[in-house]
Amino acid sequence: METKKNGRAPVSQKPHRIEKPEHPEYIGGSVKIQINEKELTVPLGTTILEACRDNHIHVPTLCHHDDLCIAGVCRVCVVEVENMHALQASCAFPITAPIKINTATPMVRKARKHIIDLLLSEHYGECYSCFRNNNCELQTLAKEYGVDHYNFGHIEKPKYKIDNSSYSVVRDMDKCVLCKRCIRTCIDLQEVGVLEAIGRGDETHIGTFLDKQLSDVICINCGQCINRCPTGALRANDPRDEIWEAIDNPKKHVVIQTAPSPRAAIGEEFGLEAGRSMTGELNTALRRIGFSKVFDTNFTADLTIMEEGTELILRLYKALVKGEDADKVPQFTSCSPGWVKYLEHFYPEYIDNLSTAKSPQQMFGAVIKTFYAQEANIDPADIVTVAVMPCSAKKFECNRSEMDDSGFKDVDYGLTTRELAQMIKETGIHLPELPKSEFDNPFGEASGAGLIFGATGGVMEAALRTVIELVTGGKVEDLFENANITPVRGFEGIRYVELPITEVGEVPEMYKKYFDSWDWLKGATLKVAVAHGTANAKKVMEDIKAGGKFSECHFIEFMGCPGGCIGGGGQPIPTNATIRAKRAEAIYAEDEGLPIRKSHENPHIGYIYEKFLTDGPCGDKSHKLLHTTYTKRGEYIA
Amino acid sequence: MEKLKERNGKVLFSNYTLGEGVRKALSLSRDDILFEVKDSKLKGRGGAGFPVSTKWMLAAAAIADEKYVICNADEGEPGTFKDRVLLVEYPELVFEGMIIAGYAIGAKNGIVYLRGEYEYIRKSLEDFLVQMRKDNLLGKNICGKEGFDFDIKIFLGSAAYICGEETALIESLEGHRGEARNRPPYPVNTGYDGMPTSVNNVETFACVPHIIINGGEWYNNFGTKKSSGTKLFSVSGDCEKPDVYEWEWGITINELLEKVGAKNTKAVQVGGASGICVPKSEFDRKIAYEDIPTGGSIIIFNENRDMLKVLKNFMEFFVEESCGQCTPCRIGNTKLLEGVEMIENEEYTFAYLNKLKDLGKTMQVASKCGLGQSSPNSFLSILENFKDEIFYHEAGVENGN
Repeated sequence: METKKNGRAPVSQKPHRIEKPEHPEYIGGSVKIQINEKELTVPLGTTILEACRDNHIHVPTLCHHDDLCIAGVCRVCVVEVENMHALQASCAFPITAPIKINTATPMVRKARKHIIDLLLSEHYGECYSCFRNNNCELQTLAKEYGVDHYNFGHIEKPKYKIDNSSYSVVRDMDKCVLCKRCIRTCIDLQEVGVLEAIGRGDETHIGTFLDKQLSDVICINCGQCINRCPTGALRANDPRDEIWEAIDNPKKHVVIQTAPSPRAAIGEEFGLEAGRSMTGELNTALRRIGFSKVFDTNFTADLTIMEEGTELILRLYKALVKGEDADKVPQFTSCSPGWVKYLEHFYPEYIDNLSTAKSPQQMFGAVIKTFYAQEANIDPADIVTVAVMPCSAKKFECNRSEMDDSGFKDVDYGLTTRELAQMIKETGIHLPELPKSEFDNPFGEASGAGLIFGATGGVMEAALRTVIELVTGGKVEDLFENANITPVRGFEGIRYVELPITEVGEVPEMYKKYFDSWDWLKGATLKVAVAHGTANAKKVMEDIKAGGKFSECHFIEFMGCPGGCIGGGGQPIPTNATIRAKRAEAIYAEDEGLPIRKSHENPHIGYIYEKFLTDGPCGDKSHKLLHTTYTKRGEYIA
Repeated sequence: MEKLKERNGKVLFSNYTLGEGVRKALSLSRDDILFEVKDSKLKGRGGAGFPVSTKWMLAAAAIADEKYVICNADEGEPGTFKDRVLLVEYPELVFEGMIIAGYAIGAKNGIVYLRGEYEYIRKSLEDFLVQMRKDNLLGKNICGKEGFDFDIKIFLGSAAYICGEETALIESLEGHRGEARNRPPYPVNTGYDGMPTSVNNVETFACVPHIIINGGEWYNNFGTKKSSGTKLFSVSGDCEKPDVYEWEWGITINELLEKVGAKNTKAVQVGGASGICVPKSEFDRKIAYEDIPTGGSIIIFNENRDMLKVLKNFMEFFVEESCGQCTPCRIGNTKLLEGVEMIENEEYTFAYLNKLKDLGKTMQVASKCGLGQSSPNSFLSILENFKDEIFYHEAGVENGN
């Protein structure tokens, strides 16, 4: 039987919230309830859990996650509702009538304890050999309920094989508590749909299509499931051992690049509030760990803007003036490897729209093993490049077979924020106490434009700062206060902005080989859009397919993760909207404080085009080193 | 399909003429039907015993573009086979009940969720529906009633016990994994395809045409004060005449055993695997909502049966048939089964069994749906009622049977 609506996600996993009234003070807009004999008034449709939290009444949860729809499966949050024979899961119970709730009866306490005991009885492994030790929601619950022995026994042998087939995500199903957060993340939040519950009864487990290993299904490596897993069942594929080995090898010259998002979040791993950037302290820590050079990924973000911005201009020129390759517009950004793989799988017919420019991580790898090796006079074979990224998909990206344009593997290891924090801790360093230091030359300085890549809308803002100035010859500051292009900022899933080009300026020297006047852009309206999270990307892509307003766009920024890189799958756990907003604030604040905030004004960028990439942006040399190709994967893996 | 045998009963197994119930219903107003059903005090026959009129009135009151009437024919409770008899021998009652429900709540679509194992009945049901369409009992302007359109489709389930739970059934219908939904909201508001939906048991629908023809008051002539009408019983186990019977509510277990020729009965499992096990000392109890409620499964065990094996069989069933989504049911049933195996191997302590009983009580209140909430019933009742036999081997069991 067909369902009329697209039956994408199991309805049991969808929120069954009652629409909340706009004005709770209207008659019928709110309900009077009692929680633990305290009289309260809550808006109609509030869940019991929300009501408790709003009133500082603690209710333990496990399957509930603020980013995800309701599941109501773990049953840890059960409470007693008067006149109902069974206990109710507070996360899943919308209040629509004046009910009396009790969150701490003997029956409730006993039930919660039983549930925790049951979960522990099937949770294989020991806390001290788990990467989530001290940051595990099951462990926290066990402590909260004073578990000091296994009431219902404890599983002694693993039931599953650890799946470490993927470059990005490792699945250890023996630690899984079947909270289904990963399923809800994969199906509902990201709309990828690689994970689902398989089997029933005691054979229920989270699996992929036909229980294939993760490398053989269309996982986009975004790692959002890792960020939301309450236990150690999901983790990133950890290269720490190999990196330590390289550092300890005196023959190896190990250099590291750090992306802005890990810097804005790594403090959380050391107990700091979200939203404190640790750039300077991190540089010091990385040198103490033993990295030979510490570079700023923002430098190649600036390079990306030059390449991708030029590519955009050339695509527009081709399409609008020469009438060629009009279907390659809109141009899509390509810095998010999760998004790139999503497009390759789900919309392979649009891969020509992807910018061929590599991501900043990969550009840096290629530049380090060529330009830097040459400048520093080091054999590139002895250089090991590590990239600290907020991302699990970057691990897959650096292992793509086409990423060897330097003649070597451009980036040897992708390291997540979490893994780097672990390395720092292993060295005995408490990051927040370190003195600050600068990045190493020759890529010492980067612009604020490269920095804001970390937040959704950042690539677009960075590109606009450059494109507007190159085309109009004027200053971005004249159009947007303090060069903050606020219309593309924020956390709204999809943003659409139109920018009329009323004035054009002189064509810069580097473009004179293509055209000598900007007149073809005069009077045009630049249409751009921003989408973050693949569920939003899907909406935009479907609109493009249907010939909607996004198909009229010239440039669209897509980020695979909700919130952009600051919400990436390699970032500290936990994550939620507030934490992501604070990380973004930290990034924008840092940008405001920088002397150079536009990629094309970065003198080091000028230097590399002068010394190395001598035929300019999108020239032959940059095409060889800084651009790449994609694969029409469709339903296939490669 | 031919009737398997002659049956006698006061309501369901009485004579009936095709179309009579629908024609009478269409001469009444929707409210009249709802109140007639209310007067009959008919309760859901699947086992939960929810008042049918309440369900229908809520669905009728819901405002929506579409509404659905779903017949729960996923008869999966161990020891239950009465719905199959109704579907094979009295399909007109079931379908007409659905049509009347559709008329009463304002639905145009009926769906029969047929148990996967009953695939062989599907053809005869489809043929019957074709005939009903020809007779204008289905289709547009049914029996000349301007504006009342209703049709019935048959959907084959995939043989999971959990899909008998109404919200899991709806999930399955929508093409998803069969798992119970969070409630509230209830299907009468947000059911199939998000629309108001009334899900009722096969037998519930089959009662409706008789109630509409004869009136709700008439239905109260049968049964007890709190349990009106008659009930179909699927009787199996150690007796001479296992079969489907129609009896009035309020029959005692003793009376029942006599009717089916059961001798040396030790225990009766009322309500299938999720029901309770009644020992000999309680055979004077009545089968009725106010005493021992049931969806109709009666399994009789004589003196030769080993109750621990009976219990193990039930627990194995739940370990396999739990949908696996909520913790108490998924892991709890495994633990209860382990407990049974400990007794079997004589490796138990009473302290641990008491812990398991406590766990069973948690499962009854903390599980997400009726499956988990009722799965410890047999564990609790068999260990309580047959502890002499199980722990002290006094009941003269010779290595079971």
